[in-house]
Amino acid sequence: MSSETASATAQRARGLAPFLRSQMRNIAPFLTLICLFTFFAFASPSFATLDNLGNILTQVSITGIIAVGLTFVILCAEIDLSIAAIANVTGIAVAYFTLQESYVNIANVPLPGAVAILLSILLCALLGLVNALGLTVIGIPSFIMTLAMMQIAAGISALLVRGQIAYKVPSLITTLGSGSIGGIPWLVIIAALMLLGGHLVLTYTRFGRYVYMVGGNREAAEYSGLNVKLILGAVMVISAVCSGIGGMLGVAHFGSAQQNEFDTYLLDSIAAVVVGGTSLFGGRGGIGNTIVGLFVLGVLNNGLDHVNIDSFLKILIRGLILLAALVINVYAQRMREKAAE
Amino acid sequence: MPEVRSPILELQSITKSFGGVEALRGVDFALRPGEIHGLVGENGAGKSTLMKIIAGVHSEFSGRFLVDGQQMHFRSARDAHAAGIAMVHQELSVAPDLTVAENVFLGNQPTNAFGLVQWRRMAREAGEQLARFGIDVDPMARLGDLPIGLQQLIEIARVLFSGARIVILDEPTSALSPPEVERLFATLRRLREEGTAIVFISHFIEDILHVSDTVTVFRNGRKVAETASAATSKGALIEAMIGRGGEALEHSYTDDLMLPQPSASSVILKVDQLSLSRSLKDVSFEARAGEVLGIYGFMGCGQQELSRILFGKLKPDSGTLFVEGVPKTFASTAAARRAGVALVPESRRDMLFHQEPVYKNISISILDRISALLLKPAQERDIAKRQVEQLQIRPPVVGLDLGMLSGGNQQKVALAKWLTYPPKLLVLCEPTRGMDVGAKNDVINIVRDLRTKGLAIIVLSTEPETVLSLADRILVLKRGALVREFRNEPVSKDRLLEAA
Repeated sequence: MSSETASATAQRARGLAPFLRSQMRNIAPFLTLICLFTFFAFASPSFATLDNLGNILTQVSITGIIAVGLTFVILCAEIDLSIAAIANVTGIAVAYFTLQESYVNIANVPLPGAVAILLSILLCALLGLVNALGLTVIGIPSFIMTLAMMQIAAGISALLVRGQIAYKVPSLITTLGSGSIGGIPWLVIIAALMLLGGHLVLTYTRFGRYVYMVGGNREAAEYSGLNVKLILGAVMVISAVCSGIGGMLGVAHFGSAQQNEFDTYLLDSIAAVVVGGTSLFGGRGGIGNTIVGLFVLGVLNNGLDHVNIDSFLKILIRGLILLAALVINVYAQRMREKAAE
Repeated sequence: MPEVRSPILELQSITKSFGGVEALRGVDFALRPGEIHGLVGENGAGKSTLMKIIAGVHSEFSGRFLVDGQQMHFRSARDAHAAGIAMVHQELSVAPDLTVAENVFLGNQPTNAFGLVQWRRMAREAGEQLARFGIDVDPMARLGDLPIGLQQLIEIARVLFSGARIVILDEPTSALSPPEVERLFATLRRLREEGTAIVFISHFIEDILHVSDTVTVFRNGRKVAETASAATSKGALIEAMIGRGGEALEHSYTDDLMLPQPSASSVILKVDQLSLSRSLKDVSFEARAGEVLGIYGFMGCGQQELSRILFGKLKPDSGTLFVEGVPKTFASTAAARRAGVALVPESRRDMLFHQEPVYKNISISILDRISALLLKPAQERDIAKRQVEQLQIRPPVVGLDLGMLSGGNQQKVALAKWLTYPPKLLVLCEPTRGMDVGAKNDVINIVRDLRTKGLAIIVLSTEPETVLSLADRILVLKRGALVREFRNEPVSKDRLLEAA
C-alpha cells in the first residue's frame, strides 16, 4: 500500500526486526495462506491444478464483492452484520421485479431489466442509509443497529418470496452472475474490479484517507474538523450497496432466489476481512489484506473438500482457523504499538 | 534534609535508543527512601524515558537496574508494581464511567466472603483516603463528571495510597490549581516522612525547588547535574537544562505587566449570552482580528466547554455565536472548520493520530483544499516539510510516525495542522502545558506571528503565565461566568489569581 510506504521506509531505517514486527499484520495472513496452500498441494493431487484454482476464484467471488464494502466499515472500527441479509433481499428484489415462469407462484411485479436492477440497487442503498442514520443520527452502536437491519432485511425477503423460489433475473445479471468471457467467469472479473476499485478509493482518494483517519482516532478526526458522521454514514451505505451487488450476482450464480440463501456469507465476509489482517480496532489494513483473507478462506474451504475430510468436521476447522486469525489480529496490533513506542 | 540512607533504587549507565535515536546515554540515577527527587529537562531530554524504564513500561535497554541492591529486570508495568513501584503518567488514565470509589480501588475492591464487592465499605474508605488528601467529593459520583483537575488529583491519590515504596509523578501539577498543588505537596511531604521515595518531574521549576530534596537535570539524553535543591536556583537549573544563559527566557510575571490599548480592528467572533447547563452562564465577549484574547480561570471553570462550543463539538443550551457578524450554529466540527474556526485542544491524544506519519497529521485538516478527489501525497509532504521547518519540529522527518516524537514536538504538529491555511479564529487550549522553556518560547513566538498576520486568537489556560505571556486582553472565567476583564491596564499573576 503506497500510503504505508512512507512510514515503512522510515521504520526500515531503524532496523529490520522492528520493521517486521510492525508489519506483522500483513505478514502473518500471507504466511498462513502459503502454509495452507502447500499443505493441500501435498495432501491432494487434484488441489493445485489450474482448473481448481479457477474454482477457488469463482468460489470466493461473491464473498469478495461483499467484503469490499465490509472492509470500509471495519477500517472505521464499526461492524455490519446485515451484509448477508441485505445481499439476500437485493437478490430477491431483482428477481421479484423480473417476469418469472408461470409455475413460479409469486405475486411479482415484472419490470424492464434495467429498471429492476436500478430499483434493487436503490433498495440496498436505502437499507444502508437506514443503518447509517441509526448509527450516526440516533447513535445506536453499529453492532446492534445492523443486527436489527439483519432481521428487517430478512423480513422483507420473506414478504417478497413467501417461502417460494424465483428463478429468473434480468439478462444482464444472468450474464454477469453465471456467464463467462474467454473462459473467465464474469463473476470473477466483477469481483476483481470491485476489489481494485475499493483499493483505489481507500489508497488514493481523500475519502479513503478520511476512512483510515476516522478509524485510527475518531476523536482526533473530529478535532481536525472532519465530518465523522458523514464518513461513517457513507461507509455503511457503501457496505450495503456492495452486499446488494453481491446478492444480485449470487442469485444469478446459484440460479435461484430464496430465503436464507446467503446466510453463510456473513461469517465468511467478516472472516475474510479479519483473517486478512485488517484491524478490528480500525485504521489499519485494507483491500490488499482482504484479498489475502479471501484466498485463505477459499483455499481452506476448497482444500478441505479435496482431502476427503468429514464434512461436519469442516465447520469446526473453519471456526478454529477464524479464532486463530483473531488472535493474530489482536497480537499484531499489540506488537505494532510496541514497535511504535 | 533526611539522613543519607542506602539507595532503594539504583540505575547504572542506562542507555536506551528508539530506532537510531539515542534517548538516554549512560545515565546513572539513584533514589533513596524518604527522598523527593525532582527531575527537570527540556522536552525530549530523556526524563520520561528514564521513568518509563523504572516503571517497567520500556523493558528493552542496556545498563544495570538495582532495587534494594538486587539486580532486577522488569518485563512489564505489572512487574514494577509488584516491586513496589507506581507511576502517575502525564496523560490522565482513569475510568471516567466508574465512580470515584471504584477508581480509587481500581483492581482491588474490597469483597465479602462471597466475592461480592462491598460497596458501602469501598465508598467509606475511598472517602476517608481522599479526605486525607483534602479532597471532598461524593465517592459514588461518576468520575467523568468531575473537573479534570479533580480527576487528576484522584488518580494521584490512588497511586500515592497504593502502598508503593517508589512513586513517580510525571507533570502532576500541570492541571491543578494553586490550592490543589499545595495539597499535593503536603501529601508528598507526609509520604516522605513515612519513608516513600518520590520522583517528581515538572516543568514548573519553582514547584521542584519548593518540594524536592534533590534535583537532577537532563539534557539530550544525559544527566548533566545533580544537586541538593537548597543549593541551587531557578536560573542555575534553567542554564543547566538548556545550556545557555536562560534567565531572560522565563518571565516570572510577578510584576505588573501593562496590557496594550484594545484593538479597534474588525470583530471576528462575537459570543452572545452563551449558556450550557452547569458549565457556562451568560458568557458574552468579542474577539478581534490581530488580537490575542486570553481567558483565564481555574480548572473546571468552564473553559473546556467554551472552547468545544466555539468549535462545534458541543451545542450550547442557549446563546448565539457570530462569525464576522453572521450568526452561526455549528452542526459539526466540520462546519466550524469551514466557517474559519480552528481548535487545538489541551490533550494531544485527542487531536493527533499517533500511528500515522507526521505529514498525514499535518495535512488532515486541509486535505479538502489541496485535493478534490485524489490525494496528492507529494504536495502534502511539501506542505508538511515547510511547517516542520518553520516550527522547528524535531526530528525533521515528515514520514516518521507521530508517536515517535516527544510531547513538545507533538504539540507543534497540533499547531502546524492549522497553519497552512490560517483560520480566521484560532482557539488554543493550554498551548504550552507540559512544555519546556525552549518549546514554550517557540510556541509563544508562533502565536505572536499569527497575531500580526491578522488572526483572531483565543488562548484559554489555567496557567496565569501562559495567558500573561500571550494575551493583549484577558477575561477571567469563574464557575462558568465572566467575572473580570483586564484591558489597557496593569496586570500580574497576583491580580489574575485574585480575580479568579
